[in-house]
Amino acid sequence: MTALPAEPMLPSPFRIVKVVRELADTFTLVLQPEAGGAFAFRSGQFNMLYAFGAGEVPISISGDPADDGQLVHTIRSVGPVTQALGALKVGDVVGVRGPFGTPWPVEEAFGDDLVIIAGGVGLAPLRPAIYQALANRQKFGKLIIMYGARTPQDILFRKELEKWRSRFDVNVHVTVDRATGQWAGRVGVVTNVVARAGFDPLHTTALVCGPEVMMRYAVDMVEKRGVPTDKVHVSMERNMKCGLGLCGHCQWGPHFVCRDGPVFRFSEIAELFPVREL
Amino acid sequence: MVPGIGTKVVFERNELDRLITALRERQYRVVGPTVGEGAILYEEMTSSADLPAGWTDSSQPATYRLNRARNGRVFGYTLAAQSWKRHLYPPRQRLFRAERAGRGFRLSGGGGDEAPMAFIGVRACEMAAMQVHDRVFTQDGFTEPGYVRRRQAAFVVAVECAHAGATCFCASTGTGPAVGPGYDILLNEILDAGRHVFVATAGSEKGGEILAGLSCRAPAAAELSAAAAQPASAAAEQQRRMSADAAGVLSRSAESPHWDNVAGRCLTCGNCTMVCPTCFCTSVEDVTDLSGDIAERWRNWDSCFTIDYSYIHGGSVRQSGASRYRQWITHKLASWQQQFGTSGCVGCGRCITWCPVGIDITAEVRALEDREQGR
Repeated sequence: MTALPAEPMLPSPFRIVKVVRELADTFTLVLQPEAGGAFAFRSGQFNMLYAFGAGEVPISISGDPADDGQLVHTIRSVGPVTQALGALKVGDVVGVRGPFGTPWPVEEAFGDDLVIIAGGVGLAPLRPAIYQALANRQKFGKLIIMYGARTPQDILFRKELEKWRSRFDVNVHVTVDRATGQWAGRVGVVTNVVARAGFDPLHTTALVCGPEVMMRYAVDMVEKRGVPTDKVHVSMERNMKCGLGLCGHCQWGPHFVCRDGPVFRFSEIAELFPVREL
Repeated sequence: MVPGIGTKVVFERNELDRLITALRERQYRVVGPTVGEGAILYEEMTSSADLPAGWTDSSQPATYRLNRARNGRVFGYTLAAQSWKRHLYPPRQRLFRAERAGRGFRLSGGGGDEAPMAFIGVRACEMAAMQVHDRVFTQDGFTEPGYVRRRQAAFVVAVECAHAGATCFCASTGTGPAVGPGYDILLNEILDAGRHVFVATAGSEKGGEILAGLSCRAPAAAELSAAAAQPASAAAEQQRRMSADAAGVLSRSAESPHWDNVAGRCLTCGNCTMVCPTCFCTSVEDVTDLSGDIAERWRNWDSCFTIDYSYIHGGSVRQSGASRYRQWITHKLASWQQQFGTSGCVGCGRCITWCPVGIDITAEVRALEDREQGR
């Protein structure tokens, strides 16, 4: 674990070097530390991002872990802080604390088929794992990315998905809940894709991130296909105010999601997962 | 001569003033029991006149009363309404101040240089609660700097209980009534045949030095045995007990039908979390001045009973009162063990006393146990 500063609640200033408008409500900030130097993180980890005067929110890192020269966050505007972050421009400064949390166990999956299942903005915390998998492509069997969005207009990282899809060594399946406009692709929930995807269940590692209800069905289906649950990993979302296991908000059973998660091995939380309002 | 660690001495009741003065002369802000707002409060004090001599408290589920006692006992009450948590981890703390500077902002830390505090009248359960917080705020990878600073600087004058309140149950949680190590001075208040003295035990070098400045004498055998008998009699008076298997019961009860029963009584007011000496949850609040150029970030006590506590985009995770009560008691008695290697409950009984509808944590565990065993 990285040594934390003496004042663990004090953010460090990072300057915005690039803003990408991804979707109507989603944008990406590319950041560099004001103090210079690199920002090392592992795929699946998150930071607490502070917008001056507005507040702080936990946001997963969506960039490439091999590139520590810049810090990339993809954010959906859903509340006052994410809206304040969305109003910032290149040259503005945000506060950063982190990185926090457990990583996707990409190295642990070497030798297996790697199945990545994402829903909505849940693709953002999985993108670092995808970059990592692509950089180590020869170490995996199949690499399958299954992604579900609400409508074709909500497909995140569309250009990248298309690029990955054009490779002969990656299977990309995209589905939408509701077809609009010119969409001629698949319609339906991502679970349906999991049911038919060609992977070897006994030698598969699955990484899942999306709305909780989507993860529930996706894990069910992966399990039904015969993947052992100690090879299934989910990323959880809870209210967080500190990232340190101190404010209490992110508790989920005995776990602090900020510290013991957000990435959990499913076999370790299988009993908690179905409990409502935990 | 400075009394060594473990040495017991006796001083007269009127020496308490000199104890407070000695601590103040050493630049401590002395905090101890005072009477205010119809209750015992741990507040700053300047002399022994601020101590609640002649006052006692009575606690029942949903009831707290301050009464006049016939004797002049100084520590004749059981507990203050609020614990020392208020001083070691204040309800409102500034985390930082940010000032707009060009396109960015400048940050300055919130930690001030406060005077070290001396606590007078720390009970066994409250010492145990501080030791629970020591674990919470000193974890692998980080420490909470403000808490650690205040805690390390604090001088602790513990007072052993001669009597138990009706909501006390520390004997069953193993956290009292005998005061364990960690104090600088331990006091046993002895009122006997017109004599009013304190048996004092030095628990640290600092404690010994303070005692050396008081007018002390060697204790008589009767005084030592009177002091030694106090925790046992306070334990014998306790009317409530926590199940020894509380952690086990809670960890098996996530889906118990009993939660709806509690929810029918619980007002989700959060009083239990505010008075609990170990509840540590906080939220943050961002404020700006009118110009918008100066922002501050504050950390405030929070409660798992509020609906906002578990809010994520789309709605709060714990909508029902049943799920929020389950979270509180399960965390306190079971999850805490997994998180910090200790129970979060020290048996002080405050949550029972200050619950407006008198929900009793020991009775709820018993009810869950009964359901489990089909009783």
